[in-house]
Amino acid sequence: MVTGAAVATAGLSVDYGDGPALRDVSLTVPAGVIGAVVGPNGAGKSTLVKAVLGLVAPAAGRVALLGDRPQRTRHRVGYVPQRSSVDWDFPADARDVVTMGLYRELGPFRRPGRAERERALAALETVGMGHLARRQIGRLSGGQQQRVFLARALVQDPELYLLDEPLAGVDAASEAAILAVLRAERARGKTVLAVHHDLGTLRDYFDWVALLNVTLRAQGPIDAALTDEVLADTYGGRVPLPPRGPARAAGAGLEVAPAR
Amino acid sequence: MAAGAVLLGVTSGALGTFAVLRRQSLVGDVMAHAALPGVVGGYLLAGERSLPAMLAGALVTGLVAAGLAWVLTHRLKVKSEAALGTGLGLGFALGVVLLSYVQRQPGAGSAGLESFLYGQAAATLRADVLVLAGVAVVGLGVATLLFGELKVATFDPVWARARGHRVALLDAGLTGLLAVAVVIGLQAVGVVLMSALVVAPAVAARQLTRSLGAMFWTAGALGGASALAGALLSAATPGLATGPVVVLVASAVAGLALLLGPERGRAAEA
Repeated sequence: MVTGAAVATAGLSVDYGDGPALRDVSLTVPAGVIGAVVGPNGAGKSTLVKAVLGLVAPAAGRVALLGDRPQRTRHRVGYVPQRSSVDWDFPADARDVVTMGLYRELGPFRRPGRAERERALAALETVGMGHLARRQIGRLSGGQQQRVFLARALVQDPELYLLDEPLAGVDAASEAAILAVLRAERARGKTVLAVHHDLGTLRDYFDWVALLNVTLRAQGPIDAALTDEVLADTYGGRVPLPPRGPARAAGAGLEVAPAR
Repeated sequence: MAAGAVLLGVTSGALGTFAVLRRQSLVGDVMAHAALPGVVGGYLLAGERSLPAMLAGALVTGLVAAGLAWVLTHRLKVKSEAALGTGLGLGFALGVVLLSYVQRQPGAGSAGLESFLYGQAAATLRADVLVLAGVAVVGLGVATLLFGELKVATFDPVWARARGHRVALLDAGLTGLLAVAVVIGLQAVGVVLMSALVVAPAVAARQLTRSLGAMFWTAGALGGASALAGALLSAATPGLATGPVVVLVASAVAGLALLLGPERGRAAEA
């Protein structure tokens, strides 16, 4: 495994008991990229994220996260799970959820105070949600909920962001806000790795890519790794969108500055 | 008696918040029904009517039944509600058989044991209130001390694990707190209906509050008020068991909150 990589796996296999979810994946994500993990449904993209975090046990292979075992380093990662992974009818407002990102550094017995609430509010403002800080999370739109999850990661000031489909089902404003934040974080030297579903925006949003379909089909800087042959191989010849089409209108939204 | 009712109502109501948000209401019902063999077993082992022994027995058999349901679901692939139904039925059946056996024994032996079926707040002795207070202090104390940890483990357990929270330990703790919420009211409310006193106040409180802390204490207040009202009403009516009255009061509160609450508690804001 390459040292200095943000994420490195060697021969990683995961099996849930009904055939392999991942097989012999040797992934090396260099520090400082905005990387995407793409592949068809059932390709094991979420499983890869969970295995990298040590949340599912590998059947074989090793994982190095920020240079060490995930159990030792994962608290330094800003993990943004899929929005559907929680029940949003939980009694909390947006600021409460973001504050949860600080509970670990507070320790089990200390309560968040004014300083923590202000940091949470600042993170919400970074994702353009400062004005919705006190809104119940169940009454936020999908894109706003996604931005709350991103702010919960942001408030930790992590070295690496691992995001599971952060742009799935979000509105254009949220998509632009999320992308702007991730780019700003990379500019600060952070690394981003996101599961992504939309091949049409891949080149516009990411500079590094891993193509996955149970096995790893290709990885590297996007211009080198993302070829028609590899796409056809990854998606079994049924590529959802041409990779070299004109930049889609959604890309234009990227010029929108993140709300203060 | 009134003090005991308030104590147990506050404790099971407040701790029920976590059961409802974690979708573990049925697990509470399993624990309550399966507490009966533990109550009778504790009585047999102690050789007398000893509330600490009976509650300890209830805790053990309640947790064993919940554990059995967990094994059926997660190791043997039985559907969750079928597994829970099995644990509940098995535990309760065992308890009823044990109870019949004890009641056939000569002597004053069975005194008060029947009250564990449907609950009799009047059967609470002065010494019992001290036991209940101890259990309440432990249950509410642990929950208050670890409130933030319990919050992250309830809202988003997978993320919490990635963030370095000890979620497996917290899960065990939350199961323990649910068991406390159940056993504390067994004598006054009874094994058959106890889980309703755990669930109903939390359901009502969810409609009225916008933070976990507020929901927790509101559920506690509603639970305490329901238990007190039920205990007083049943005490004033000879032969009326406490459990059903407590549950009717708590359910009425929850019904009112559901009818009038949603667009107040959760919706009304900018």
